[in-house]
Amino acid sequence: MAPTRTIALDARAVARTLRRMADEVVELFDGTDDLIVVGIQRRGVQLADRLVQMINEREGVQIPRGALDITLYRDDLQTVGPRPVVGKTHLPWALDGKRVVIVDDVLYTGRTIRAALDELADFGRPARIALAVLVDRGGRELPIHADIVGKTMDVPRGARIDVLVSELDGEDAVVLVPAEGE
Amino acid sequence: MKSPDLGKDLLGLEELSTAQIQLLLDTAEPFKEISLRAIKKVPTLRGATIVNLFFEASTRTRISFEFAEKRLSADTVNVASSGSSVAKGETLVDTARNLEAMKIDMVVVRHGSSGAARFLAQRIESNVINAGDGMHEHPTQGLLDLLTLRDHFGRLDGLRVCICGDVLHSRVARSNIWGLRKMGAEVAICGPRSLLPNAVEALGVTVFRRIEEAIEWADALNILRLQLERMQAGYIPSLREYNRVFGVTREKLERAPRDILIMHPGPMNRGVEIDSDVADGPHSVILDQVTNGVAVRMAVLYLLAGGSPALAEAAKG
Repeated sequence: MAPTRTIALDARAVARTLRRMADEVVELFDGTDDLIVVGIQRRGVQLADRLVQMINEREGVQIPRGALDITLYRDDLQTVGPRPVVGKTHLPWALDGKRVVIVDDVLYTGRTIRAALDELADFGRPARIALAVLVDRGGRELPIHADIVGKTMDVPRGARIDVLVSELDGEDAVVLVPAEGE
Repeated sequence: MKSPDLGKDLLGLEELSTAQIQLLLDTAEPFKEISLRAIKKVPTLRGATIVNLFFEASTRTRISFEFAEKRLSADTVNVASSGSSVAKGETLVDTARNLEAMKIDMVVVRHGSSGAARFLAQRIESNVINAGDGMHEHPTQGLLDLLTLRDHFGRLDGLRVCICGDVLHSRVARSNIWGLRKMGAEVAICGPRSLLPNAVEALGVTVFRRIEEAIEWADALNILRLQLERMQAGYIPSLREYNRVFGVTREKLERAPRDILIMHPGPMNRGVEIDSDVADGPHSVILDQVTNGVAVRMAVLYLLAGGSPALAEAAKG
């Protein structure tokens, strides 16, 4: 039998959470000067789009939104095969001296963010890099923490957190999928 | 997302499925961006050792492979036949086995004999990538031609591509015919009767005897290099005659019913198979082909290197 999915955040809760996160980004940087928001492929990109849109509306600015695909920087490429699909990286700006917010859907082991930091370093030397995630589910394997968190959840190993975005999945939601056999 | 496995080697486009070619082209897409970065390098193949084993002269292909390897952080060694033990009479397999004894991961091989890449692939553990074997195939050239066409037209299905010139001796033509047919394009060839293969219609390829007919029909021309030694061998009467009848000139293209995309795998004989104002003209994508070559080869290296399904299962645990 398929495990029962529970909705942790519905569409309205996701929107409310993102609005709060957008405010926190502006607060954290005391404004929007030199700010670049970079989403991690795939669903981090859509979340970054939402944050940028909210910040632009409230602050009357135009913040650039980049995309980062970290596949080629993964530390498990020798063991994962068949090869994971590589997505698009779009960072056509010099990052030197900029203030960068990395946006991802779920923070778990921290390995994706480790790879993202390595990749960003190949694009220049930002003045500061911050991390914003919709869900922090715990279970870190590296010394990495998020500066801005939408929702903190204690999710056991084996269970899964799926972030759905309307652009790709037809709806906005955060869904908890328990481990098989529970 | 589950992607079709490419297997150990890339030997030709003939044995690839449409899905596998699609995967290679789609994977090449994000690799284009890496060559535009200030630091043109990703750590993906760190620690992998790749030998470029070239038994035939090559500038473009060897350098393109080397850039692709280095931009993926692999360690590379170039072996050319002159100045190596090959010149002392060592066989292909002995050379490769000796290299393998030094713990290498991949071999990129160019050889004058058709089938050399497969022969090697069956005898060594390392991944083998065919960089051109005799008159058989040159799969990465075929793939970069497909990618360039897809970039320009946004599709391959239903596209009309004519391969012009010395099709008989051309591994580029063979890889193009296989690749284009599998991706749903219509393929024609055009050239002097002495330089066209027999029974090519069996592959679903149209044959034009006159370049004017090809220009009337095609969306794109892929113009092959006329190897000058063909004249000495008596395949064509003279270079000037060849240029007059089969050379792609601005005058001939001006009569075309539509703009025709101009491709050439290089190196060009300007004034023989292609005139300079066509090669440098507004519809030429000859240098885009070279740029795409690096991205395609990065995709091939990425997809073939490392990562076995068994290890993936273990890692999930």
